[in-house]
Amino acid sequence: MTDYAAPSAYASRQRSRTGQIALRWLLYALLCLFALYYLMPLFVMVTTSLKSLEEIRTGSLVSLPRKVTFDAWATAWSGACTGIQCEGLRPYFLNSMMLAIPAVALSTLFGALNGYVIAQWRFKGANLIFSLMLFGCFIPFQVVLLPMARVLGMMGLAGTIPGLIFVHVIYGLGFTTLFFRNYYVSIPNELVKAAKVDGAGFFRIFWSIFLPLSLPIIVVTVIWQFTQIWNDFLFGVSFSQAGTQPVTVALNNIVNSTTGVKEYNVDMAAAIIAALPTLLVYIVAGKYFIRGLTAGSVKG
Amino acid sequence: MSEWLERHVPKMVLAPSFAAILLFVYGFIAWTGWISLTKSRLLPKYDIVGTIQYERLMASPRWDTAMNNLFIFGALFIIIAMVLGLALAILLDQKIRTEGLLRTIYLYPMALSMIVTGTAWKWILNPGLGIESVVRGWGFESFTFDWLVNPDFAIYTVVIAGVWQASGFVMALFLAGLRSVDEEIIKAAQVDGIPTMRIYSAIIIPSMAPIFLSAFIVLAHLAIKSFDLVIALTGGGPGYATDLPATYMYAMAFSRGDIGQAASSAMVMMLVVFAIVVPYLYSELRAKND
Amino acid sequence: MQIRSAFAAVSAACLMTTSAAVAGPEAEVLHWWTSGGEAKSVAVLQKEFADNGGTWTDMPVAGGGGDAAMTALRARVLSGNAPTAVQLKGPAIQEWYEEGVLADISAVAEAEGWADVLPASIAGHMKCEGTWCAAPVNVHRVDWIWANADVLAANGIALPTTWDEFNAAADKLMAAGITPLAHGGQAWQDATVFEAVALGVLGADGFHKAFVELDKDTLTSDAMIATFDQMRKMRGYVDANFPGRDWNLATAMVMNGEAAFQIMGDWAKGEFMAAGKVPGKDFLCISTPGEGYLYNVDSFAMFDVKGDDKAAGQALLAKLIVGKNFQKVFNLNKGSIPARTDVALDEFDSCAHLSSEDMAASNAGGSLLPSYAHGMALRGAQSGAITDVVTAHFNSDMSSADAVKMLAEAVANSM
Repeated sequence: MTDYAAPSAYASRQRSRTGQIALRWLLYALLCLFALYYLMPLFVMVTTSLKSLEEIRTGSLVSLPRKVTFDAWATAWSGACTGIQCEGLRPYFLNSMMLAIPAVALSTLFGALNGYVIAQWRFKGANLIFSLMLFGCFIPFQVVLLPMARVLGMMGLAGTIPGLIFVHVIYGLGFTTLFFRNYYVSIPNELVKAAKVDGAGFFRIFWSIFLPLSLPIIVVTVIWQFTQIWNDFLFGVSFSQAGTQPVTVALNNIVNSTTGVKEYNVDMAAAIIAALPTLLVYIVAGKYFIRGLTAGSVKG
Repeated sequence: MSEWLERHVPKMVLAPSFAAILLFVYGFIAWTGWISLTKSRLLPKYDIVGTIQYERLMASPRWDTAMNNLFIFGALFIIIAMVLGLALAILLDQKIRTEGLLRTIYLYPMALSMIVTGTAWKWILNPGLGIESVVRGWGFESFTFDWLVNPDFAIYTVVIAGVWQASGFVMALFLAGLRSVDEEIIKAAQVDGIPTMRIYSAIIIPSMAPIFLSAFIVLAHLAIKSFDLVIALTGGGPGYATDLPATYMYAMAFSRGDIGQAASSAMVMMLVVFAIVVPYLYSELRAKND
Repeated sequence: MQIRSAFAAVSAACLMTTSAAVAGPEAEVLHWWTSGGEAKSVAVLQKEFADNGGTWTDMPVAGGGGDAAMTALRARVLSGNAPTAVQLKGPAIQEWYEEGVLADISAVAEAEGWADVLPASIAGHMKCEGTWCAAPVNVHRVDWIWANADVLAANGIALPTTWDEFNAAADKLMAAGITPLAHGGQAWQDATVFEAVALGVLGADGFHKAFVELDKDTLTSDAMIATFDQMRKMRGYVDANFPGRDWNLATAMVMNGEAAFQIMGDWAKGEFMAAGKVPGKDFLCISTPGEGYLYNVDSFAMFDVKGDDKAAGQALLAKLIVGKNFQKVFNLNKGSIPARTDVALDEFDSCAHLSSEDMAASNAGGSLLPSYAHGMALRGAQSGAITDVVTAHFNSDMSSADAVKMLAEAVANSM
């Protein structure tokens, strides 16, 4: 971690000891208050998932379970009906994995190369291209559904996982390029110049100088892209067919039936289960997310 | 490697992505523009009939509401999430012992899909089930928090849930930014006796301009695309008081089989986005080129 | 490495299903019946299909009463990869037919004699320019009042048969501190209550003129103003926290005795049954005041797809859907009644019997009407425009006269 004194350290020396302690308490109180705000929905989801349907129907929705049961979790994982098959979310996990991992890897790779070109190999019009790509982030996905369906059909990718990967990579480019460009733009251009003098080419410089420096921003990009792709519903529902539906579509099928009996405990358990991979990414990579970015800022 | 190749490799690397964006973003925008001039219903038709879809759009009171909501929601969402994200980052930067845990707590909402989180929020914000009834249960009988069921205030509950989801990510971006400010400068400032507040406002925050750009893009993009959030939390209601352009467009295109109308709403929406985002991008990118 | 082998395994699995399917009838079925009871009902069909040598590929997409499924359907059709059979209903069937993407199943329909066993108005929905293009599954009745028997008994209230009686009962309940009407403030639920009220106030003919023919004079008539007046009254009978509530939570309010009535289609019955309540004893069902019967018929349309195995699958599926056994078993699970009129109802409950009798009577009396709120009467753009006005009126203090004016404008603007 960093070893410099935080700005507050100097200021605090000037204040009285009690004042400092009071301030410290206030700080923690404030942080905990915010933590409550962030945890509230999770609390509702977890407690609901541990109740029986009978208790939900009769009791308050926002209270601790009187009797804890894990039935809903088991049902959500392997028994809830997502259509005729009542196999829970389990079969759809594989689809989402096979979709998210290549899509994240590819869009991150393209983003890194694009960002590297735009930030370090500036040519006339590079900034215009960057702006155009950035603006692409703002296109509402509802707009692209129909023409994209046509294109996928022509490419023979309709209803397939490669088709979904393709779509996610295309619409992830704007963000991944933005992240890498903003990161690389703060690396001094002299680095490239010196390497060029040493006879290194475009890819060599990228591979042996920039990529090793990029871990932090890779973490950021992967977190962002993985979250977006894993949680995507609109593309998933439109460009999949039987057998290639991702987990969000299955979750939606469990949760959003219109005229069926609602099992809120299963809904909530399913939602948490479906979010586990992203939660895991946040918990594991979250540490590197900040730490990595900080370490990576030893920019020359 | 020949010299020509050497000179053009960067462009060639960028070319496929750029071509893809041209086709799949700008080509599709052009397609949408074309469709907006037709009477397409269930599926796209290509016979141009003029601006009738835009006239219908302007005559629709629901579209008015949706656009107003976009401005209210967009502005509040971006500002609050940015301020909250920055505040949390600064607070967390004070050598907090439980930083790792708190950070994860602030960050996790981004990992959850709104499809179901919306239901949880719906219960929390519902006066009969959530906060209001709990606080009243504690004995504060006059406590009222009924924004969710009040057509004039429901849009603010969408802001609450939206900020909940996105501010953690912004916090993370800012926290990383705070940590990457050159420590020599901060030390020098401390030695000069400059107060902490001033160090933040005059030195640290201004040096994070690229992070503000990233945060703005991320948030603006989320605001414009907010769709799951509204559908899950309010379903656009009460009435259509919390409709946003994205939900309007979706309703027209897919529930109502009125694709021409949906296309015209998409064009107007993109025009608005263009008008807001482009000047910002322009100033940001120009400043950095100097 | 692991990913690659997983990939290989799945592609192998896909290949296997494809090659296995060449043998017999095959169908990929897009539907939005995904929850427990509904899914079980469809599984009945799948089993019959399999017993007849067919291979069923399930493509469920829930959400928004079929909105999400329709989104997927559009993308599938545009990409030239349409599903074999799709859950479609109402005028949407004819709309898709006009796009030239539906298959003709007249051969099956004629061989099976559908024309003789289906009520004429329901058969009308299944035909496109004279040919059969869809197969009906069930009939949901929309204009129901569900009531808590104990609450009514405790307050000395009889089931209302006119809107005035309903209002009197509701006022009495209000005085007793009970919410008269359990309601969820979602646009489609507002529309459900609205059409039940409109049927009572406008009468069957008026309803047909207004919501099927979109007759401007009826839409702006005094009776329509009276309809909105009654809606304003209904708004007063709803508790303060109704916006956004799911319909089944409203049903739970009736079950728990927090509220006395709910106006909702007969899928609400499933919710009562799931909680172990008995019709006629714990809860009561009666049609909403006024002559008529609003139906919501689920059906499957067959899409134009290549391949003999798929065509065989469509024919088999259509035959089974309208078959007696499936019509009985499915509707027992679903809370609705069979679309064909020659199925014995011995195993059905009292509400289903009432529904069936009323359907026959309405059919004879010409008051068997399509539900506008559930997409049976009008195309999406028009019914959506009406719903916008209904929900805007219900959720604000708009006057009935303004609502009627807005209604006429919205309908004109949606054409």
